[in-house]
Amino acid sequence: MKFTEIKEQLKTYRAAAESMREIILANAVMIGEIPASTFYEDHRVRFMEDRFSECGLQNCSTDEVGNGFGVLNGETGERRILLVAHADTVFSEKVDHTISMQADRMAGPGIGDNSLGLAALASLPLLLEKLDIRLNSDLILMAASRSLGRGNLEGLRFFLNNNKHPIQAALCVEGVKLGRLSYSSIGMLRGEITVRVPEMYDWTRFGAAGAIITLNDVINKINRIPLPKRPKTSIVLGSIEGGNSFNNIATSSSLRFEIRSESADVVRDILNEIKDRIAEIALESSAEVTLDIVARRDPGGIDFRHPLVRRARDILKQLNIEPRVAPSTSELAELIRHEIPAITLGLTTGSNLNQANEEVLIEPIFNGIAQLLGLLIAMDEGLCDEH
Amino acid sequence: MNIEQWVKDNTFHYSQFWDFRHLVEAKEEQGLTVSLCIPTLNEEKTIGKEIVIFKSELVSRYPLLDEIAVVDSGSTDNTREVAASFGADVYLAEDILPEVGNKPGKGENLWKAIYQLKGDIIVYVDADIKNIHPRFAYGLVAPLIYRPEMKYVKAFYDRPLAFSQGIRPSGGGRVTEILVRPLFSLFFPELTAIIQPLSGEYAVRRDVLEAIPFPIGYGVETSHLIDVYSKWGMEAFGQTDLDQRVHRNQATRDLGKMSFGILQTFLLRAKALGLMPEIPDLNSTLRQFQVKEGNFEQIEHNIVEEERPPMLDIPAYREKFHPAQ
Repeated sequence: MKFTEIKEQLKTYRAAAESMREIILANAVMIGEIPASTFYEDHRVRFMEDRFSECGLQNCSTDEVGNGFGVLNGETGERRILLVAHADTVFSEKVDHTISMQADRMAGPGIGDNSLGLAALASLPLLLEKLDIRLNSDLILMAASRSLGRGNLEGLRFFLNNNKHPIQAALCVEGVKLGRLSYSSIGMLRGEITVRVPEMYDWTRFGAAGAIITLNDVINKINRIPLPKRPKTSIVLGSIEGGNSFNNIATSSSLRFEIRSESADVVRDILNEIKDRIAEIALESSAEVTLDIVARRDPGGIDFRHPLVRRARDILKQLNIEPRVAPSTSELAELIRHEIPAITLGLTTGSNLNQANEEVLIEPIFNGIAQLLGLLIAMDEGLCDEH
Repeated sequence: MNIEQWVKDNTFHYSQFWDFRHLVEAKEEQGLTVSLCIPTLNEEKTIGKEIVIFKSELVSRYPLLDEIAVVDSGSTDNTREVAASFGADVYLAEDILPEVGNKPGKGENLWKAIYQLKGDIIVYVDADIKNIHPRFAYGLVAPLIYRPEMKYVKAFYDRPLAFSQGIRPSGGGRVTEILVRPLFSLFFPELTAIIQPLSGEYAVRRDVLEAIPFPIGYGVETSHLIDVYSKWGMEAFGQTDLDQRVHRNQATRDLGKMSFGILQTFLLRAKALGLMPEIPDLNSTLRQFQVKEGNFEQIEHNIVEEERPPMLDIPAYREKFHPAQ
């Protein structure tokens, strides 16, 4: 199939996705209502595996780190395309995972990140069957475990490190946001700084302070680190915790942060700066200040002019969707590290991401699925290969 | 009848019916049709999800349900619009059999659904279930498909009640435990084998539904159990464990109204069956108290448990479903 034909077929793909509306939405709801905090995704992955089995996929299985797979064998099977969506969420199982649905939207923890992405994977074999599309390539559908936070992409990394069959291209699927086009990975380092006041601490000495005041000093020092405008760099202070009550001086506190930069050298330099500054604070305050590095990514990726990116842009344009180019620190980074051409796509519009009242709009989902299918077919036809 | 043996033989867990393909084949072999009825009154927040789940899993993937119908009591929110937008057949109760008029109450919707829906089996599922799942329908329909002698299958739950603090692991069924179960123990001991007699989810064969009267208020479930038991005995019943049902919790005062309605229905049934022939005319006013600015204030509720006759008594129904008779 030529690319112009694929573009012409996008309307058909959209209509087919819309005719499967209840299947796609029901998958999103049922997936979303299974708690799956990082390292505890097994029930959700099992559900995905069952869905893959019911669709008649081959090799439906869970590997030793909890990734779930189904393989749709292609006509020739000479190439392999990977579609991956992370299965974990930031929500503990104690959170009420009920998903609510109105005529135009769904809401609930993790519905956009990433129940909808998983629902697209679970629904895709039925959509291909409905459209009577047979791919030449083997299509590997993967619900990736241990992706977020301290999971640090362990699921996908394990698969790529141990997979024996080369993968020619990959798509990462995220529920939000439609138009997202990530083809590069940004340099990133994620860490947690913990302040602990020793039990035998001398509160009478000069400069003695509780763990919160000390952490405040850490934050102030991090804020004073000069950041270059080029390469683009930022430090995100993600969360703080500390203390237990109103009237007791806190004896422990912690800060989670992320350094992002287009340059690996800059990430390293900033990390060294932070290490120096917390060492200084530890000496001044006599508190124990430790830094735990949770995750790292190296910058990289394919070029804006790579055929995969170009085809993705063309498809978005055909669907009248404005592309939103942004680097990624998620699954894409691991694929890039393994030199597999890959991009990340979003499926719909959403809000309140990673909050309990996270929500996604229903109507754009069908364009999102059409985009995914169009690009998958283009990849299968070899139209996204770099020559 | 040995109650323990009955529980062993007639109690299921929904997971026993995991093989949908086999279930649908068995249904088709018998030439059965199944209708899902969701009675509603202002349920716009939960109705869409219910319809999407049932349609996806039990119509599109495995055609167990032949129709999904919402029978609405006149919602003032967008219940009907939302239900229709997700592809359910939506009916206003007052538009069904207009010649018999319209009465308020969920039982009215259930009764009118017998006329409006076409299935040989009708499965009723409430619209306020937060953790809706296909099991709420197939878990109840499957015993009727696999066990031809069974006529009426009720749900029971390990029911948590939703509270603002989260979900409590057990509890619920207060009216069951302090009213219905003691009454059944006194007058219909075998019916105590039904673990949750008041659960709002059940699947029933048409030949049973059309032959029993329908209280339109709180007493509908209780009267069904007594009537089906009296006509067909315990063998007609099955019950399925559907695990958990998360729904709105009701205030104790509302449970008082519910109990009042159930008692009316029960006493009238007991009188009709000759168990308590000397019951005087029943008062229909429930009196409750509330404290307002230090004073006790009486609130009166007029609760009349009206009853619809068996559908077979309605000429339009006989014409539609039994034209030869």
